[in-house]
Amino acid sequence: MTKDESWEFWLYIAGQTPKSILALENITKYSKAHLKVKYIIEVIDLLKTPQLAEDDQIFAIPTLVRKAPKPLKKIIGDLSNKEKVLLGLNIHSITAADEK
Amino acid sequence: MFCQGIILPCPFTINSSAGSSIFMKQDNNVFPKTSTGIAGLDEITGGGIPKGRPTLICGSAGSGKTILAIQFLIKGITEYDEPGVFMSFEESVKDLTQNVKSLGFDLEKLTAQKKLKIDHVRVERSEIQETGEYDLEGLFIRLNHAIDSIGAKRVVLDTIESLFSGLNNTGILRSEIRRLFQWLREKGVTTIITGERGDKTLTRQGLEEYVSDCVILLDFRVIEQIATRRLRIVKYRGSTHGTNEYPFLIDEDGVSVLPITSLKLEHKISTEIISTGVPGLDKLFNGGGYYRGNSTLVTGCAGTAKTILAAYFALNSCKRNERVLYFSFEESPDQLVRNVSSVGIHLRPYIKSKLLLIHASRPSLHGLEMHLLSLHKHIREFKPHTIIIDPISSLITIGSKGEVRAMLARLMDMLKMHHITSLFTSLNDEESLNYSGISEEAISSLVDTWIKMRNEETGGDRIRSLYIVKSRGMGHSSEIRDFGITDRGIKIMDADPSKKQGQRTPEKAETFSGNGVKHKP
Repeated sequence: MTKDESWEFWLYIAGQTPKSILALENITKYSKAHLKVKYIIEVIDLLKTPQLAEDDQIFAIPTLVRKAPKPLKKIIGDLSNKEKVLLGLNIHSITAADEK
Repeated sequence: MFCQGIILPCPFTINSSAGSSIFMKQDNNVFPKTSTGIAGLDEITGGGIPKGRPTLICGSAGSGKTILAIQFLIKGITEYDEPGVFMSFEESVKDLTQNVKSLGFDLEKLTAQKKLKIDHVRVERSEIQETGEYDLEGLFIRLNHAIDSIGAKRVVLDTIESLFSGLNNTGILRSEIRRLFQWLREKGVTTIITGERGDKTLTRQGLEEYVSDCVILLDFRVIEQIATRRLRIVKYRGSTHGTNEYPFLIDEDGVSVLPITSLKLEHKISTEIISTGVPGLDKLFNGGGYYRGNSTLVTGCAGTAKTILAAYFALNSCKRNERVLYFSFEESPDQLVRNVSSVGIHLRPYIKSKLLLIHASRPSLHGLEMHLLSLHKHIREFKPHTIIIDPISSLITIGSKGEVRAMLARLMDMLKMHHITSLFTSLNDEESLNYSGISEEAISSLVDTWIKMRNEETGGDRIRSLYIVKSRGMGHSSEIRDFGITDRGIKIMDADPSKKQGQRTPEKAETFSGNGVKHKP
């Protein structure tokens, strides 16, 4: 994985629910603190674009999908468990590798 | 369009603009129902499943849940013009399309026509992490989008419990599934939800608690190496329904259920008389033959020419230009045709002209109900005037006495209802002449006419004879008549006065029998 490859997150929500707002806050916070590469967080509101739900196999809200780098990773929920999110997105290993 | 089935004596013709709730129009007291399009199921449920509400279909793996559900959707589209959404939690769209192709369902075509929408919800535990609170709003949105995009009236969720194997938080899942069912009700779509059978509960996750309108249980069991599928309505709120276990069949045309409850003795009868096909035998009946729509039983030991008598009857029916459906449980069609042609009964031309259909199968192929269902199906498709079951005793060996009787009663009832003249042969125990086998006991009181055929050993020879045991509504000869079989057929001897004194001469005409048993003259 090259350093300059940017990360891309898609956060699927359905309206501005507390859970979704919390999830967005959390992923923004974690990325800022731990992700040393470029990253994009895209928020997709399924109330506006319901047809997108099928492509990414979304059934739970909120769902965070790591579109890049591959492989695709999915985390559902409000992302309140930091350790689990970082582990799930492989952010720790990237950071650790960078530090070396 | 011809109405599906004589299993289902549907009093209406289906036309696509008529909508779904045909039964509502008949009786406004009953709440609206949606026809499932599955032969027999609508009859047991009194018109279908609750319109605009969820119905749970549960059963173990391989019990036919998915097929039943998909047939509900397809028939909805093709017969009632109601588009449908199939949300699959297990099979992919490709697999599903392929699996139901064998049933003649073309999902791709219906999808292209925007009548059907299949959405595969893939829940892979390995791909998903859970952290914190979430809900299943995504699923709701997907389903809503699918429904609205084609204007669906019918929805299938197959099998929603798969969510439980992919996600950990069962608390959330439970409350969300409860909310989903409520949402479906509000949406007003008629939904079938399938569920895997649990150990003590109907479904593994107890979905039956949430779906309180209608619950149907499918069962697949093997008794004495014969598999039988059964269906039972566990619950149907606000509606009467058949409470029995009903056998059902999955074949190349999909699912058909056999309702047992339609036993009524209300059939109209005919006074028309039709020939037995054997001139000498006709004379023994005062009326000169059988009544049309009658049932006749021919019993006898092995080699007493039961099949020949049956073939005569078939031939005669064909000659009147009436269709005959011949169920052969012991001989293949070719063998049967060859054997009876040796006694001058030539059936082949009638097979060619499609007046005669010989359907041969091994009795052990199915369970008893399955045979009955397949009889129903063939009768429905071929619409015969006459059916012959040769021998019915083969079927009897595969069930208990009570079952056999119930099945035969249902069969007779169905035949009478459709004015089909029937003839059954039944094989008796070779050794004891007076022994009445299970078949005789089970069937003789149900049939209208009973002919017994015998082979007697006298003075180093065997003498064939027959007599009429009973003939409802018609006087008949009480004589025991000897008969012979030549290469030109059965010849019934005139009443022999010497016989009354107990002396019988072996009849000379007999050189060989059609059953391949050689006799010396």
